[in-house]
Order: sequence, then C-alpha cells, then structure tokens
Amino acid sequence: MPKAGSTLSLDGEGKPLWVSLELTYQCPLNCVFCSNPVDFDDYREGELSTEEWKRVIREARELGALQIGFTGGEPALRKDLEELIGYADSLGFYTNLISSGIGLTPTRLVEMKARGLKHIQLGFQSCDETTANLMAGADAFRRKLEIAREIKALGFPMVLNVPVTRHNLPQIPEILNLAESLGVEYIELANIQYYNWALINRDQLLPTREQLEWAEAEVARFRERVGERMTVYFVIPDYYDGRPKACMNGWGAIHLTIAPDGSALPCSQARSIDTLSFPNVRDHSLAWLWQESDTFNHFRGDSWMKEPCRSCDEKEKDFGGCRCQALALTGDAANADPACSKSPHHSRILDAIDRAAATQDRPEALIYRDAGFNCEGGER
Amino acid sequence: MTSPTLPTPEHRYVINPLFLFRWEASQNAHVLLYPEGVVKLNASAASILKLCNGTYNVTQMVDHLSERYDGSPRELIGQSLIKFLEAADAKGWINAVA
Repeated sequence: MPKAGSTLSLDGEGKPLWVSLELTYQCPLNCVFCSNPVDFDDYREGELSTEEWKRVIREARELGALQIGFTGGEPALRKDLEELIGYADSLGFYTNLISSGIGLTPTRLVEMKARGLKHIQLGFQSCDETTANLMAGADAFRRKLEIAREIKALGFPMVLNVPVTRHNLPQIPEILNLAESLGVEYIELANIQYYNWALINRDQLLPTREQLEWAEAEVARFRERVGERMTVYFVIPDYYDGRPKACMNGWGAIHLTIAPDGSALPCSQARSIDTLSFPNVRDHSLAWLWQESDTFNHFRGDSWMKEPCRSCDEKEKDFGGCRCQALALTGDAANADPACSKSPHHSRILDAIDRAAATQDRPEALIYRDAGFNCEGGER
Repeated sequence: MTSPTLPTPEHRYVINPLFLFRWEASQNAHVLLYPEGVVKLNASAASILKLCNGTYNVTQMVDHLSERYDGSPRELIGQSLIKFLEAADAKGWINAVA
C-alpha cells in the first residue's frame, strides 16, 4: 500500500471519471485479437443481474464518474442493455456503447436513442470482406456495414474502431475512404495491443516498422485531404515507440472496469495479474473498492516502482507503462514495461518484433477466440 | 469538425450536437462531454456557452455578458467573446448557424 510520500497523479482528482461495464464476455465473433481473457467462457454463468448493474451505475455516478462505456464481449447480447443505458442517462452519464454491431438492429438502435444513448463505437476490421472475416473469425462484414449505415442514419456520433494488424494494414487508405463515405466523425486506427488472444497470435499479427511507417504516411495524406471533417487517430504502437504508453493514465487513476462477474478491475486486462485478487461489487461498495481496497492502491502513485522507473524523470508521464504487459513479458507486474528502451527486459520486445518479421514469408494459422482453449498447452 | 467561421455581429451559435454541456456538481463546474472525453470549463467559458443556443447573435451576447460582468468595458468583453467563439468553433464545440 502506498503511504505518505507516494504522490498520486490523478487528473480526476481521485475520481473514477470513466467507468467501463463489461456486461458479458460472450460474443458472436471469434476475433484473433480479442482482449477478453483466454478463459472467458468460465464466466458464462454468474453475470451480474440488471439490478446489480444498476447499483454499480448509481454508485459510480456518486463517485463522480462522467463517462460510462457499455462493452463486453458483445454488450448487445444482454437483453437489458437498453434499460441500463436509460438508467445511466437518467443519472447524468455520457453514455457510450462499444459494440461489434452484431446483435444491434434498427429497432434496438431507435430504442437506445430514445433512452439517451449518446455515442457508438463500432468495431470494424476491414473494407475487404475476406480480410474482415479472417480477423473476426466469422462472416460479419456485410452485417457490420449495414449497421454502420443505420447508426449514422439515426444521427449517432460514431467512432469506427479499426484494430490494425499486418492483415488489414495494407487496406488503410481504402478503409479511410469507406469511413469518409459512411460519414463517421472519428476513426481510430487502433494498433493492436498484445494481450490475451492477440498475444497468442502476435507473430502473425504484428506489422513491421516499415509497414507502420507506410501507414502513417497514408494517414497523413488522408488528413491533408479531408481537413477537419474527420478526426483520424493513429498512434505508433508501443512496441516501436521506445517508450511505454501511459497505460490507463495510471493504475486506479481515472478508469474503473467492472467485469461480467462483478470483479472490479483498474483496466480490462488487469485480471491477468494473478498475484492480485480483485474485489467484487457483490461484496463491496464501489467507494470502498476504489478508495480503500489493496488492489486499487497496489500500483497507485510511484512507491511500488523498481528501477529504472523509480529514478526516471519520465515516471510521471508514463507511470512506468502497463502492469499487465510487464507481467506478461517479464514475469513481474512491478517491472518497467518492457516497451520502454530503458527497461532491462526491452530485448523481449525486440525479439518479438524479429520473430514476427520472420513469419511474414511463412504465415501460420491464426488461433481464433474460442471456448476451451488451453493456454498452458497451447492447443485445445 | 467544421472549419471555423469568423464571428460577425450577426452570427448565432449552437453547441455541437455531439457534445453534452451541463453543470457537474462533483466538479463544481460546467463540463462538456463528448465521445470518450471531458472538458471542464471555467466560469466565463460556461457563461458564453449558455448563450450558444441559437437565440442570441454576437451583439446580443455582448449585451448579456456586459450585464453579467458589470464594470468590464464593453469593448473588452466583445474582444474576449470573439476570441473564445473562434477557439470554441475551431475545437468543434460550437457551430455557427445562419
């Protein structure tokens, strides 16, 4: 636990400004880059009830949360999605739906609009049907395109979230043109972060530096042409940046995620840190687990840091990077994120880049998100 | 999202429909909420945005603000208002209406 001397760097002045509700881990797609836990199917039973979610929403608002995201899995699989959106809106939240689009219908969208839904983020893999279906592991391309048009027809602001891998990277110029023709305001070319399913498939997904530089130049050209009509987010991934991302703006700083079973997480990946136990909203108030629980205080501030982070003059900028990536790649969540070139484990990142580059000429099969995958053995 | 229009005395403004502008007690401030973002506003920014409802043109906004900030020279209020409207338009917070 950080005590006196540990400085909290909280933009939200200690409030969880952003709360993500993972309503379910279930999803009709089988994306090769899915960030849900590899054992997602173990949580099929025991999802929070409508009333339990409402209590979470109410308490989050009381803690000062302003933005709420309904996510998953595919949140539209929950029949009470509209009711929960309406409840959050009535309490003053800015409501965001993060969806694959599958399970949304014109009728449901109209209902969500009436209940106060403000914004939809639609996951979209490619403008090319074969590539899109390859990445999603399902025949979803046409359905997504239809629902994107419905969302815009209803006047929702929409962010198109395009997970970038080496498979769809060459199509970025066409994807941007498609987004323009759909009338989206924002498009996020989200370089995949390598956790869970994406980490399993990393050798087959990670683009090369040259590919990323080409994409960056294409994005610049597009921005030049469309001006301020559209905002394009494209950030060079941490593997190539030399510095880690300021993950979640710091542990327990402004983000609170509630998993389908009620576990409270500082970020959606955090339950991969098996040395921590995550308090459950069924047992505790949100105020207690955010402010008091050992887990949320564990990596707050900087007193937990080891060298080279502890004495680094950039520690208040990036908070030592991502705890989950440190654990996954170095075996200790308190190590510096190996994406940082100052990390003694940075070679793990460089090796991963080399390994991925070596597979460019000899592609192997992608492993799709699926129930029953045994990550120890690697195969089912 | 649009290229900023230079404010003239006749211009009226509305808040961008993508944004939600409201008082937030926990911040003791007005806030602008938009997809995945929050802007906390100071009191003068909020008092201008309240006038961006399509009803008031820039001249009338100056009238209102001069009443509220009694004592500040009208010319100075006008200059600060124009500067803010330009900046808010460029950030996409507000749109000029005909």
